[in-house]
Amino acid sequence: MIGSGILKGMAVTARNFVGSYFDKERLITVQYPEERDPLPENYRNFPFLVYDGDDSQAGLRCVACKICEKECPPQCIYIVKSENKKPDYMGKPQFYPKIFDIDISVCMSCQICVEVCPFEAIKMDKDFELSRRERFDALLMRKDDLAKSNDYYRRISPTDAAGVDAKLAAAAEAAAKKKAAAPAAAKPATTATSPVSARASS
Amino acid sequence: MSVTIETLEAMERPPVSMGSRLEGELLEVSMGPQHPSTHGVFRMNVALEGEIVRKLKPVFGYLHRNHEKIGENASYLGSMPYTDRLDYFCSMTNNWAYALSVEKLAGIEVPERAEYLRVILAELTRLQNHASLLGFLLNDMGAWGTPLMYAFREREKILDLFESLSGSRMMCDYMRFGGCRVDASPEWLAHAKKIVDRFPRFVDELEQLIVGNEVVIARTQNVGNVSPELAVSAGITGPMLRACGVNYDVRKVDGYGFYPRFKFRIPLGEHGDTYDRLMMRVLEMGESVGILKQAFEQVPTGPIINPKVKIRAFRPPVGEAYGRIEAPKGELGFYLISDGGTNPYRYRVRPPSFINLTILEDMCLGHTVADVMVILGSIDIVMGEVDR
Repeated sequence: MIGSGILKGMAVTARNFVGSYFDKERLITVQYPEERDPLPENYRNFPFLVYDGDDSQAGLRCVACKICEKECPPQCIYIVKSENKKPDYMGKPQFYPKIFDIDISVCMSCQICVEVCPFEAIKMDKDFELSRRERFDALLMRKDDLAKSNDYYRRISPTDAAGVDAKLAAAAEAAAKKKAAAPAAAKPATTATSPVSARASS
Repeated sequence: MSVTIETLEAMERPPVSMGSRLEGELLEVSMGPQHPSTHGVFRMNVALEGEIVRKLKPVFGYLHRNHEKIGENASYLGSMPYTDRLDYFCSMTNNWAYALSVEKLAGIEVPERAEYLRVILAELTRLQNHASLLGFLLNDMGAWGTPLMYAFREREKILDLFESLSGSRMMCDYMRFGGCRVDASPEWLAHAKKIVDRFPRFVDELEQLIVGNEVVIARTQNVGNVSPELAVSAGITGPMLRACGVNYDVRKVDGYGFYPRFKFRIPLGEHGDTYDRLMMRVLEMGESVGILKQAFEQVPTGPIINPKVKIRAFRPPVGEAYGRIEAPKGELGFYLISDGGTNPYRYRVRPPSFINLTILEDMCLGHTVADVMVILGSIDIVMGEVDR
């Protein structure tokens, strides 16, 4: 019978319409921004720089090795290395980035900078509400905008942060052991409760 | 070569030149590049006689982004996120095709679990691509919104899976040379299995919505016929080729990945018209669900990436390789020539939707303008891939 196919289709539409009142599977609309779905833990948006301790500039893990700048596919990272070394938060002399800019209007969130960083210094952020009123350099993130604490990183991606902390703690412990084996060792490694204390003791 | 439609006696008119002015009764219209049903910025210069298309000239290049040249100047890994942006509906399969060709070039082995994850993600991609294609196609036919929203509802569930695994809905950047970037947790696999188990319900619904619908039949059957000879000689691949009845699927022919381990059938059409192409997608979704169910049962534990592959300063040996997979739109291939450096000497993409689009004129001649939209929709193009 002609028209029966259309009626069948209408039945599907009716089922979806009525079902949307009862079945969560059929009504998946989320009324953003009043309602928000929780972000998945693996969600990534734009990179930020991790710092340990309290000082957001002295505690930066970044040593300005420029690997991320070189590997970044759209070339959105710009780094100028410091001429001098300055002690980081645990007193070890390190180079530091004099300038560290990421143009997040160019960044394509590919996570390659995170993968290539040997110092666990750059990680992916989850903040996505980044619209700006200005047109040009408002999305050019300077070093101050990029620096975020390790606690923040632990909060946004707990599993990854735990893995990184464990890795750094193990490295610090190994370094401390090496130091303790040397005759000039001042004090043995304390048990690593947190990576910060473990690194500080090395 | 053109497809002749006997019912239109006006086809016997002599061919006309494609001038930029009115010629006789022919009216030249530039459809696109901002036409809503061209799926992006695609332009067709059509010469019309009344409502019938007499000439059609596709114009590409509005979305050209220099993909291949960028690939030759970026490191091998640096091209991986760019491949997401080729066919932005199916970034997982794009990643896989590129990873496969680099693995071929450098002779890298992939762990078993990673191969299974790749199959799972590629088939999920196929499900969401075909679902949204059917939605768009019905949208082009005038079923404004409703089927598209049903399709997008299902697609969003799969994109949520991608997001929770890779971190991004569409720009997944998930595969790496020698494996995958992130391991799938058992909860993720269980959740994915749940979504796949419910997917046939949606396919059935969609089938009820479109298959017997008189309007869909009137708009699609015997519209845009492609003969198998034309399809083969033009290099058409994917569901469009199989709709003509040519049994060619890279998953079966090449047996890349672990596809030989799965039991699945290749749906074949008979007439090569738009209706067959539409049905091809519906049937392929069913087969993909079958593959996914087997994959969820078989997926082993173990490493997901080959630890020998360096992330930085990755230099494959001198040589060339062509890796191809059956992407949802057809055969997607990457041809790479290495001169031993950190970036490829030549980087070439064989995009399925571009090559499938080349016979658009043969499909459209003799049909009305309204049919052109339906035919174009049934080819399943994404301009990001056509123009690169």
